Amino acid sequence: METVIEILKGVHPEVDYENETGLIDKRIFDSFDVVNIVGELMDEFDIEITAEHMIPKNFNSAQAIYKLVKTLEEE
Amino acid sequence: MKTNILGYLTEAVAVLPDKNAYFDEEISYTYARMLSEVKAIGTKLIKKLNVKCRPVLIYMEKSPACLAAFWGTVASRNFYVPLDTNMPEMRIRLIVENLKPAAVITDMAHYDLARKFSNNVFIFEEMIETPVDEEIIEKRMASSIDTDPVYVLYTSGSTGVPKGVVVSHRSLIDYVEQFCNEIGITEDDVIANQAPFYFDASLIDIYCTLKARGSMGIVPLEYFSIPLKLLDFLQKYDVTTIRWVPSAMKMVSTFKGFKSIHPDKLKKVIFGAESMPTKVYNYWKANYPEAVFVQIYGPTEITGVCTYYIVDRDYGDDETIPIGGAFKNTEVFLLDEDDKLISRSDIVGEICVKGSCLALGYYNAREKSDEVFVQNPLNPYYSEKIYRTGDLAKYNERKELVFVSRKDFQIKHMGHRIELGEIETAVMALPNMKNACCLFDQDKQKIILFYETEAYDDISITEALKKRLQRYMLPNVLHKMDALPLLHNGKIDRVKLKEMM
Repeated sequence: METVIEILKGVHPEVDYENETGLIDKRIFDSFDVVNIVGELMDEFDIEITAEHMIPKNFNSAQAIYKLVKTLEEE
Repeated sequence: MKTNILGYLTEAVAVLPDKNAYFDEEISYTYARMLSEVKAIGTKLIKKLNVKCRPVLIYMEKSPACLAAFWGTVASRNFYVPLDTNMPEMRIRLIVENLKPAAVITDMAHYDLARKFSNNVFIFEEMIETPVDEEIIEKRMASSIDTDPVYVLYTSGSTGVPKGVVVSHRSLIDYVEQFCNEIGITEDDVIANQAPFYFDASLIDIYCTLKARGSMGIVPLEYFSIPLKLLDFLQKYDVTTIRWVPSAMKMVSTFKGFKSIHPDKLKKVIFGAESMPTKVYNYWKANYPEAVFVQIYGPTEITGVCTYYIVDRDYGDDETIPIGGAFKNTEVFLLDEDDKLISRSDIVGEICVKGSCLALGYYNAREKSDEVFVQNPLNPYYSEKIYRTGDLAKYNERKELVFVSRKDFQIKHMGHRIELGEIETAVMALPNMKNACCLFDQDKQKIILFYETEAYDDISITEALKKRLQRYMLPNVLHKMDALPLLHNGKIDRVKLKEMM
């Protein structure tokens, strides 16, 4: 989880990732932020995130992103 | 010969009045509807504003209606200045101060905001109800000349004040004619627009569509976060052509989007405005082996593009795709540090441009204009202006231009052109800020800010900067320091900071 937050902070350092649940819905992340974050997640965790995973639900909070990473790591 | 950009619109209406010209997911404009709204807006402006060749701010969300506002302004022989509706108020004020617009056109949704910075606000929804007065429109249009400005686009300024690039009808017509001919945009093309209208990358979408009598669909911004929706849009509307920034194309390649949806009409892929990661290009090329891929290059000051390269060979992921050579009726050349012409390959020089594509300069900033729109140093005999881009490039063995870097502190981040100086100025404007320096990490594509103050931390400084800067200008990495390293002359030691990145 810390690594995920570290990556997110590298794009938007000002966000309270413990509590924020509207990263996409509130447009805190724009599309280019998301591409950067996903790129780093794939490198860091050696996982493949595909277009199917790219739905707002999976990226609205640090917790949701962490969950996605965990699921993909197990695959 | 065309002398006014609206000539294309009247031609399109004469030939294909009922064609769906400009659309988004909510609304579609035929050419005929576009022209009738343009004339209504033009009539209103002529009757209410007794001015010519003055700026009108357009403060609306991107939509086909926005184009009617642009061209309605042009029909009154004034010029339009599109403004990002998400721009922080403080930055808008800097622009308004520089521009002193004759009026603002906005929609009902943005009326209250628009009133904050102008007393002369027109509401789009009301303007289009104006009964058209053909006679006064015709008379006003007949008085126009092709050196009149058609638009002003604002770009980041190193001193903290955005610069407004003034472009004439002649430059825009030259651009559209050359581009459509060389790249082959036709009536059958459907272009999916990604770039904001306040950004010159959208000129191809808007104006090549108009000249070729094609169609242009506006892709909703949020689709660029959801690759399946994005590709579904291309499929649903039979999109043939895209002109996107590489960051947007990376969205598709990162997620291997074509595995899920492979839009089958796509045949022209045009990219530019920042360097294209060759890996991203190769993913697209592998999925569209038959499509034409074109890299284009050019700053706002020469009307958007001056060189192009139709990719004609394979590139390894570690090779750079050239920016190619000049469009017809434009000359692009390299000057070395002593202003001597470079013709040999592999020698780096500054890209300089001449031709009808040159902008009229920066609005209300004569001195700034004179620094970069200068007499051709190779020609002492008659008045001939060139634009010095500040971009460095070299020729490869095939005599194609290859972009190398900037010679100053301008960067390209997520397709946007940013002066690091503008960010630094905004930081230094914060109360009790002692020192600040901004760097760009090219490899990681991150803006890095070093700052010295007791008044702010990483979170509060970002919140404060949001009120002054566009969101794509916000630093991604922050380093609060007790003291910034200085050189003997008192300037910030950027080299030392770079080592700390």
